[in-house]
Amino acid sequence: MAAALLHGVGSTTPLSSVNYNNSRRSLPERKRASFLIQCYGSLLPGSKIGINRAAKLSTNAVTTKQDNVTASTTSKPGHELLLFEALREGLEEEMERDPRVCVMGEDVGHYGGSYKVTKGLADKYGDLRVLDTPIAENSFTGMGIGAAMTGLRPIVEGMNMGFLLLAFNQISNNCGMLHYTSGGQFEIPIVIRGPGGVGRQLGAEHSQRLESYFQSIPGIQMVACSTPYNAKGLMKAAIRSDNPVILFEHVLLYNLKERVPDEEYVLNLEEAEMVRMGEHVTILTYSRMRYHVMQAAKTLVNKGYDPEVIDIRSLKPFDLHTIGNSVKKTHRVVIVEECMRTGGIGASLTASINEHFHDYLDAPIVCLSSQDVPTPYAGTLEDWTVVQPAQIVATVEQLCQ
Amino acid sequence: MGSWFARSRSIPYLLKRNISFLHANSSCKTLPPYKSPHGFRERPPASILSFRRLESAMVGKQAQAVAYTDDDGESQSIEFPGGRVGFTTQMEFISEATDKRVPCYRVLDDDGFPIAGTRFDQLDEETAVRMYKSMVSLQIMDTIFYEAQRQGRLSFYLTSTGEEAINIATAAALSPDDIILPQYREPGILLWRGFSIEEFASQCFGTKDGHGKGRQMPIHYGSKDLNFITVSSPIATQLPQAAGVAYSLKMDGKEACAVAFTGDGGTSEGDFHAAMNFAAVMEAPVLFICRNNGWAISTPVSEQFRSDGVVVKGQAYGIRSIRVDGNDALAVYSAIRAARMMVVREQKPVLVEALTYRVGHHSTSDDSTKYRSVKEIEQWKRSRNPMTRFRNWVQANGWWSDQEEAELRGTLRNQVLKAIQVAEKAEKPCLGDLFSDVYDKLPSNLQQQEKSLRQTITRHKQDFPPDVPL
Repeated sequence: MAAALLHGVGSTTPLSSVNYNNSRRSLPERKRASFLIQCYGSLLPGSKIGINRAAKLSTNAVTTKQDNVTASTTSKPGHELLLFEALREGLEEEMERDPRVCVMGEDVGHYGGSYKVTKGLADKYGDLRVLDTPIAENSFTGMGIGAAMTGLRPIVEGMNMGFLLLAFNQISNNCGMLHYTSGGQFEIPIVIRGPGGVGRQLGAEHSQRLESYFQSIPGIQMVACSTPYNAKGLMKAAIRSDNPVILFEHVLLYNLKERVPDEEYVLNLEEAEMVRMGEHVTILTYSRMRYHVMQAAKTLVNKGYDPEVIDIRSLKPFDLHTIGNSVKKTHRVVIVEECMRTGGIGASLTASINEHFHDYLDAPIVCLSSQDVPTPYAGTLEDWTVVQPAQIVATVEQLCQ
Repeated sequence: MGSWFARSRSIPYLLKRNISFLHANSSCKTLPPYKSPHGFRERPPASILSFRRLESAMVGKQAQAVAYTDDDGESQSIEFPGGRVGFTTQMEFISEATDKRVPCYRVLDDDGFPIAGTRFDQLDEETAVRMYKSMVSLQIMDTIFYEAQRQGRLSFYLTSTGEEAINIATAAALSPDDIILPQYREPGILLWRGFSIEEFASQCFGTKDGHGKGRQMPIHYGSKDLNFITVSSPIATQLPQAAGVAYSLKMDGKEACAVAFTGDGGTSEGDFHAAMNFAAVMEAPVLFICRNNGWAISTPVSEQFRSDGVVVKGQAYGIRSIRVDGNDALAVYSAIRAARMMVVREQKPVLVEALTYRVGHHSTSDDSTKYRSVKEIEQWKRSRNPMTRFRNWVQANGWWSDQEEAELRGTLRNQVLKAIQVAEKAEKPCLGDLFSDVYDKLPSNLQQQEKSLRQTITRHKQDFPPDVPL
């Protein structure tokens, strides 16, 4: 699926530089539309200017043919959606189905959300069900927890995952723990979602990978979406789950387009996704890195290798069943992630695989991750902190010798 | 940021054009400067210009809307985001303190007699006696559990000594549908609503019968049936949650409110301010009750805030507030009843500051004689005791007698002692309870960890406590 999406863009050169120029030239309309968003955002005193800028920049990043938005849907079943639209569709279907589902966050109401995930929902469901909150992440997360304890099913949107660091107290001490400490009396069916990951020159504070900080909190589940199909499915599953779920989206993936089924579907929160079957090496990844891996996979296939690519999707707990079966088949593992080297998802996954499948490994697990540095602003430096397809190709080649 | 400066530029421009006497006044210089320090306006993109065009059109309309009278220089008003505000040519700072502190509402005097001219909600005999008996229960439970901790039978305990009136009178004034988000010094509310001494003991001793299934420290009670959300140790985390609970009640259209407690120390936490703000903006039916007992462990209120207590903070957030004598059960009862009615009817938050004194130590891990004088503690214990005052009033009405007091105390003491004895010997929660309720169903990693733990215990039985069921 992902390989097909990247087909029109360019094969071996790193994703970052090529797409930017190509898409910019071919999308004059979209550029103007997003430019307006940027201006509006920056005129409000105290607004987070960087965020709206990302709304513009993300259209150029990891995207494909978007010139004709009016793609024909009559030829194949299903309908085409951009990732943020898929999230919105999942959210809307759940809000329709269950009147207890509500959304709260900054600018989610009339503004429609910084990434348009909640666009139109306030008009349809009213101000109370799609609630605009003041700027206090710890407090509106706390509010979500209070609402969840008394019967609602809130979805809390962090404008950027990095801001949820302010909500860490509520997420850790209350969201994760209250079901346990109250002896099972109070349930917290909350969904906390938002975009994270390294964007396009958003600076260190807006390029954080919160999954590495949250992974230790007992009582929560974490999932990361990467395609419109799994975004919608995971959103619905997260809302229906009675546990607190943190859904990690990526700033650069919101404009990915894919055909999703017309009929209703809900994905399993704890399952990993087999992206490409293979025999030589298991490449484990999630979120944006999936696309870098698939690009590297194309090169590897051309060079005669047969990588198996798994999008782990479930960050807590890991789907050791799928991963284990793959390791037993290929005996070599490469983990490609965006987290920092120290204490990231890759580090935990390495430990977990070593613990369970040590006997099946022919070589030590290689984990490719970002360096332990704050994400720099300069484009070239930023590219160097993110794992690039060329690195992945080199690693697999070396591992498979 | 550009539009801000655009707007403020037009106002002095307007003033200069239309109001001549301003020139003579130094207040012109206090208006913000025209230039943006960041040079933002040097190269404005097209859409920003169009936005500003809209801006100046709006300001133009305001030029006509500015109402000013020539005779009185002070009664002009002008519109800003947030509404119309009058302006003055006199530069005046609002003082940080008023001469008089906000008075507190009181019904009974120090000896328990109603003060002349006071108005309060009349209590009937049944409620009054029940309230007094609950206060005694709370006091006895506190005393004995505290002693048990000192004897090493409990690991930790926290008393509500001195705050019995707040605990019980508040509970009596609320409806059982009101959802309570406690700090940790409000077990009296559970007591009023029917939590038994045995249930208190089960939670404190961490037995399998406790609602908490032995997972929380003592005094971290919680009961879904009694609408009392489990106590969570971090301070003030329950305050924004109260806004969420109120939001939930509002969505359901229930005639109930969320009641959130905090102490004087808790009002320093960021969560307090954001929660108040949220509740006000969202018009959430939350009743904020601050138990200002003068001390946050060893920090006196003089080191906690510099405002006139907590009641004045209500207005800062647009919340109606009242200060009440927390050691006067009748005053607390009346004030909370009135506040609750406002919250439910008007669907707005209300803040009640109950002034009181923390007679006991902060907890069993604290020795307050280290930072305050024994004389001060004794004075509050003897001559300003909320229970004595209320008892005098109840007895003056002929509803209580010394003999009933002695009987009650005797019975309760035995009951509490027995409950402790039973809970001490009761079975602890089983091993499975270590892993259950982390999620709704046991996920694979926890199943595996449980299996691994059971294997370890089986292999090394002698190293693990024998009285814990597996």
